[in-house]
Amino acid sequence: MTLHPDLQPPPLERHHAVFLLREMLRIRRFEEKCAELYSATKIRGFLHLYIGQEAVAVGAMQALDAQDAIVATYREHGHALARGISAASIMAEMYGKQEGCSRGRGGSMHLFDAATRFYGGNAIVGGGLPLAVGLALADKMQGRPHVTACFFGEGAVAEGEFHECMNLAALWRLPVLFCCENNLYAMGTALQRSESQTDLCLKAASYEIPAWPVDGMDVVACEEATQRAALAVRAGGGPYFLEFRTYRFRAHSMFDPQLYRDKQEIEEWKTRDPITTFQARLRSQGLLTDDDVQRLEEEIAAEIAHAVEFAEAGTWEPVEDLTKFVYSERKPA
Amino acid sequence: MTAERKTVRLTYREAIRQAIREALQRDPRVFLMGEDVGRYGGCFAVSKGLLEEFGPERIRDTPLSESAFVGAGIGAALGGMRPIVEIMTVNFSLLALDQIVNNAATILHMSGGQFNIPLVIRMTTGAGRQLAAQHSHSLEGWYAHIPGIKVLTPATLEDARGMLWTALQDPDPVLIFEHGGLYNMEGELPADAGAVDIDRAAVRRPGTDVSLITYGGSLGKALQAAEELAALGIQAEVVDLRTLRPLDTETILASVTRTHRAVIIDEGWRSGSLSAEISARIMEGAFYELDAPVARVCSAEVPIPYARHLEEAALPQVGTIVATVREMMGAHG
Ligand SMILES: Cc1ncc(C[n+]2csc(CCOP(=O)(O)OP(=O)(O)O)c2C)c(N)n1
Repeated sequence: MTLHPDLQPPPLERHHAVFLLREMLRIRRFEEKCAELYSATKIRGFLHLYIGQEAVAVGAMQALDAQDAIVATYREHGHALARGISAASIMAEMYGKQEGCSRGRGGSMHLFDAATRFYGGNAIVGGGLPLAVGLALADKMQGRPHVTACFFGEGAVAEGEFHECMNLAALWRLPVLFCCENNLYAMGTALQRSESQTDLCLKAASYEIPAWPVDGMDVVACEEATQRAALAVRAGGGPYFLEFRTYRFRAHSMFDPQLYRDKQEIEEWKTRDPITTFQARLRSQGLLTDDDVQRLEEEIAAEIAHAVEFAEAGTWEPVEDLTKFVYSERKPA
Repeated sequence: MTAERKTVRLTYREAIRQAIREALQRDPRVFLMGEDVGRYGGCFAVSKGLLEEFGPERIRDTPLSESAFVGAGIGAALGGMRPIVEIMTVNFSLLALDQIVNNAATILHMSGGQFNIPLVIRMTTGAGRQLAAQHSHSLEGWYAHIPGIKVLTPATLEDARGMLWTALQDPDPVLIFEHGGLYNMEGELPADAGAVDIDRAAVRRPGTDVSLITYGGSLGKALQAAEELAALGIQAEVVDLRTLRPLDTETILASVTRTHRAVIIDEGWRSGSLSAEISARIMEGAFYELDAPVARVCSAEVPIPYARHLEEAALPQVGTIVATVREMMGAHG
């Protein structure tokens, strides 16, 4: 399958371009801080970094309205930040504090936020797809023009839930935007070692879902493709599938000697770093100055410092509340 | 002067159908979704005629995709609908365990109370119809193990008619297990029968000598056993648990405190089971009230066989219940 025929680089407008860069940088710096805090044992559990893939979440999020819904995976810090959940409440969540966006009950893999319709990080590979289908069904049945964007890795494509959901969403023409982030590895399993058919778009297309690959290292391409896809979904065209071709620069989680891939390969992909390449592009087009970069870095550093302070100052949910929210407190009418 | 309540004669199946119909009439957010619920009329004919009455938007035939449509039910509930999801039998629900256990049961807690899931899942359970080992199991006890969901087991026409509406008012996921042997059970029900509570166990027959604690498809057997025991001068009290999670421990303990003996009748297997749980609660809460060790009549530890004589031998029967009680009374009475 080839790239979308209508894909043309739109003219970049400085303000927006700097915003996209800023969003990617926020995620990058936030996660670098997380890795540091993990080593300092402030953050525990699993920690799946998004570093290398930032263009996807940032680009895709631009196509979504405030009322659209998002379902993501355990590698969702980037999506949560780009969606507008505050760095402070995400950091507090990673600390396990009750000021966190899931009151410390979810941690890194389970960021939730009702205000932005962020229906979670889901730590079951493929487990979020049926939720997305149902959210879209609810929107459709209630005549709301919303889109549900569902992010997942290419590993999920091997799961039965993926195929069930492709079929159901297409059959019922539901407004789901399937965003597959193909970073080539599911933990240590390379795509070609787990799939008989490695063209992911073909799989979606076989369910009569329009499907296009996107350069996931190019934030503008990600934004443009998602805009186009979201438009089609919003117009009632049923689901849409985008395969973002990307790469994670770090380990799968925090501990992973990366025996399954060559250093050389990682270095090659790093030359396509979505942040440095975008910066270079903006500079060459005269849209970005050294001052801009310095200002961005300072603002982001301040935001992250505040997030860490907020998390540090956060409080532990009283143990007496352990079983709170197993069931709703609201009694049936 | 009390006016005579008008009654109607109907089956358990019709009682459930009426409950679904009423729910669809009363709340536009309610819809029914599952395999063959529409054109086929439901694999046990529960939803027969509802498609004609409510149309395909609200009586939704799904593909054979238990995980996708159960998960879609969760998503639709998150999106403001009140789905009733039908799974043909509990055996098939295993293909949706991921969605039920990892999503429906966890999201409220994992999201720090932000997202509740007002979903009802109905399914058939139980043996007795020579359907062999992949259509006959009683796994409701497994589900009762899971915090975050509620488990209902209507054993009477009144509960078949009344539990659904209450379940739909519940803010959290509720599973309703309909024993396949009950669908043709016929009887009188007040014409204006409606919602019932889903919090309390019910004493279906008062007695003084022994408590027969049971639910669902075994209630009828326990009542018949009580009848036979009465002829032998033994007054058995029959407790219908109605709801397996949360268990109404209070009613169980109150009954045992009255009778000082308990026999638990459960079509599930005894190892690691609901009957074991009830027995443990009696030990914890009424040990000193007991005149005899708690006894259990459960299914034999085999996959339920096809041949009638073997199936009958595998299941709790009236004769076994009577014999168990007599032995208990003889040895310790
Ligand atoms: C159902 C299930 N099986 C296995 C795992 C363990 N696991 C966690 S992440 C992962 C790899 C998934 O890869 P992919 O979907 O490509 O996403 P990525 O981690 O690359 O973002 C696996 C196998 C899991 N979480 N869920």
